[in-house]
Amino acid sequence: MRSRLSGWGLVPLLPVFWATHASAEYGLNMPEGVTDVSQSVYDLHMTIFWICVAIGVVVFGVMFYSIFKHRKSKGAVAAKFHESTVVEIVWTIIPVIILVAMAWPATTTLIEMYDTSDSEVDIKITGYQWKWRYEYLGTGVDFFSNMSTPKEEIYNAKAKNDNYLLEVDNELVVPINKKIRFLITANDVIHSWWVPDFAVKKDAIPGFINESWTRINEPGIYRGQCTELCGKDHGFMPVVVRAVEEQEYEEWLLAKQEEARAEAELAKLTFTLEEQMARGEKVYNTNCAACHQANGAGIPPSFPALKDSAIALGDVEKHIDIVVNGVPGSAMQAYGNQLSDVDMAAVITYERNAWGNDTGDNVSAKDIVDFKNK
Amino acid sequence: MSAVIDTPKQHHDDHEHHGPAKGIARWLFTTNHKDIGSMYLWFSFAMFLIGGCMALTIRAELFQPGLQLVEPEFFNQMTTMHGLIMVFGAVMPAFVGLANWLIPMMVGAPDMALPRMNNWSFWILPFAFGLLLSTLFMEGGAPNFGWTFYAPLSTTYAPDTVTYFIFGVHMMGVSSIMGAINVIATILNMRAPGMTLMKMPLFVWTWLITAFLLIAVMPVLAGVVTMMLMDVHFGTSFFNAAGGGDPVLFQHIFWFFGHPEVYIMILPAFGVVSQIIPTFSRKPLFGYHSMVYAVASIAILSFIVWAHHMFTVGMPLVGELFFMYATMLIAVPTGVKVFNWVTTMFRGSLTFEAPMLFSVAFVILFTIGGFSGLMLAIAPSDFQYHDTYFVVAHFHYVLVPGAIFGIFAAVYYWLPKWCGNMYDEALAKWHFWLSFVGMNLAFFPMHFLGLAGMPRRIPDYALQFADFNSISSVGAFLFGITQLLFLYLVIKCIRSGEKATDQVWEGAEGLEWTIPSPAPYHTFSTPPEVR
Repeated sequence: MRSRLSGWGLVPLLPVFWATHASAEYGLNMPEGVTDVSQSVYDLHMTIFWICVAIGVVVFGVMFYSIFKHRKSKGAVAAKFHESTVVEIVWTIIPVIILVAMAWPATTTLIEMYDTSDSEVDIKITGYQWKWRYEYLGTGVDFFSNMSTPKEEIYNAKAKNDNYLLEVDNELVVPINKKIRFLITANDVIHSWWVPDFAVKKDAIPGFINESWTRINEPGIYRGQCTELCGKDHGFMPVVVRAVEEQEYEEWLLAKQEEARAEAELAKLTFTLEEQMARGEKVYNTNCAACHQANGAGIPPSFPALKDSAIALGDVEKHIDIVVNGVPGSAMQAYGNQLSDVDMAAVITYERNAWGNDTGDNVSAKDIVDFKNK
Repeated sequence: MSAVIDTPKQHHDDHEHHGPAKGIARWLFTTNHKDIGSMYLWFSFAMFLIGGCMALTIRAELFQPGLQLVEPEFFNQMTTMHGLIMVFGAVMPAFVGLANWLIPMMVGAPDMALPRMNNWSFWILPFAFGLLLSTLFMEGGAPNFGWTFYAPLSTTYAPDTVTYFIFGVHMMGVSSIMGAINVIATILNMRAPGMTLMKMPLFVWTWLITAFLLIAVMPVLAGVVTMMLMDVHFGTSFFNAAGGGDPVLFQHIFWFFGHPEVYIMILPAFGVVSQIIPTFSRKPLFGYHSMVYAVASIAILSFIVWAHHMFTVGMPLVGELFFMYATMLIAVPTGVKVFNWVTTMFRGSLTFEAPMLFSVAFVILFTIGGFSGLMLAIAPSDFQYHDTYFVVAHFHYVLVPGAIFGIFAAVYYWLPKWCGNMYDEALAKWHFWLSFVGMNLAFFPMHFLGLAGMPRRIPDYALQFADFNSISSVGAFLFGITQLLFLYLVIKCIRSGEKATDQVWEGAEGLEWTIPSPAPYHTFSTPPEVR
């Protein structure tokens, strides 16, 4: 289907790049996707594309006929006609009819896309600078999804893997053949959540909750990206969805719940500075390094340095306060409800001891809980 | 104004004897529409080159996947500044420059109606853009939130330089509004006796309508940036949800300005092409009246389609349907224009000098941009196209071979009238073909990139987008470098070249072709009679 329809109209430039590159797979056309809605959208897209091609052939046909036949150099003498009300009326009415023919299927598809009723799974998606948060409503499962492509690949120090920039640490896992409703919002600036294979794109807007839905027909991994400019790392917040059979989904959900319980247990333990540093570094690289940089130097003035900074070397409580509550009116988010208490303690400990900060402070999860309860 | 025309004697004598002042004073204090027109055009070309360098920075970074040349923060500054400079600094001033040069000569007026204001509206621009460009050298960098500057990225999360950006936009707005008032006053009051509205050349008609659009929407832009200023500095929450405001409100106001704005950039080009195609077809424009009505319809419709830029913000279903239908309707008058141009060429006696080449390319490529525009109007498919390179391809197809080719066509067409010499036709053909190939190579692959899923405004991309991005970058550099040839060509034409006749082109009709080439410093001190 795809090759039959897309192959012909879009080919004029094909020889140019076939010559330059033969191995990588590149798309020429919109994916048909894996949902009924994405299929309707694709069909709509192709219908309108072919209507445009047909109009183009007629209009440009007449034009090129004139260009070749009615040249002064071929002895063409200009005709005198310059108006015709009948012709004007005809070429006003015909396009109107074509437009009505286009609007009809577009309207039915749109109505279907807007019907978010009777969902079986509800997932709240929140856009943050620069990651997604997925909350499975009513299950307690709640996690962040960060891009996992290493900096070395981005800065060309290492070969790029096949899923370069389109890979994450925690995928959104969903069951197939179930109506899944997405509730989409944002924490800071506007983002937009897009998975081309579902034909779902909805803006994530702070203060608003937008709705969208999908029902996936085939298991698989589907990749998309944030599509609304959201600041520095807009290009680095991919969406990865793994669609699985229902059984597998239920098992995954249970495992996630168990993981959360184990995490809560950790908060009761104490760790050595080395353990804290190791965990903290991981948390730091995932959540903090985009702005404050892996070497703690930041990108002043927007993103201050942590190395030798007054905050990281000063009062512990002030440091915890900034990480938990953020700095209003700046890019520094409130991490209080983004990081677990264990991770929070680890990352603050890391910031106070890495890059020669060497305060020797070991902040514990209990310190964080105490601060929050104050 | 009639007072000026009724007492030509004493003014006439004064004017005969004073030409332009000498040195820099001529340019600083001039009230002459031709001088001011030239300054606008040169200013616009300088901005075109600066904005072009920014585009090439973007394309160089995107030549290969990975980050090679610039960091993401700077990349975002480049996309933002490229958009702002091209829209407000290159395209709009170029058309104001053409309006200044041509409208008085086309309607048989001695000058613009408000010459001192004319001087001021030009001289604001270098300061506005000086201010905007200076942010590149400030701490925190230039604006980095896209030329559409969506809140709250442009308010709560903006760099400090956003204040300079807001002030710059205010100055550009003042300049545009004054320019528009001047155009309307000139056209409505200073036409030669006998030139009724329906006898005006189409370029004059399109500019009249454009000027009304400018007056209608520039204050809206001023309003939205002022609300931003209040949010940033005075603690209001127009666009801050946490304070009871609404980030989507920003987009509604912005696009209420923004959509008419895109027609502001294309309608005068429609006018230019409607002058040039009949000349080189040696046949009158087909359907003059319907062309005028079509432009007016497009202008009116432009006020009720703004939210088609916002199909993904979560509008209610009826809102989506309304804006989808209204947007599709625009295809009707636009189609009428294209059909009329093609029918003008049909059974004409065609020659293909540079102005005609650019005009024919305009009709074809603008129509392709129109097709992708129609596809974008279909809301369900727009969810797939929105904010991808498909949109980038679409608006570059209407702006580069649309607005910019329109400007090139106009310059080649009227340059012999302005400076009295013919330009070098062979070089101009090179300029055309290199621009044509470069532009298509740069922007056509972007359709594929967008459909395959590449979002816009990203400094780095997944591997499957690599080939088309490389091709696009090669095309962009070809197009960009070719413009230096245009600069050379214009300078060469001003300095030397075969002397142009008064009519310049065999098929040219209109008042501007009845005066000598080069056009004297003062023209139509006594109004001509139009039959």
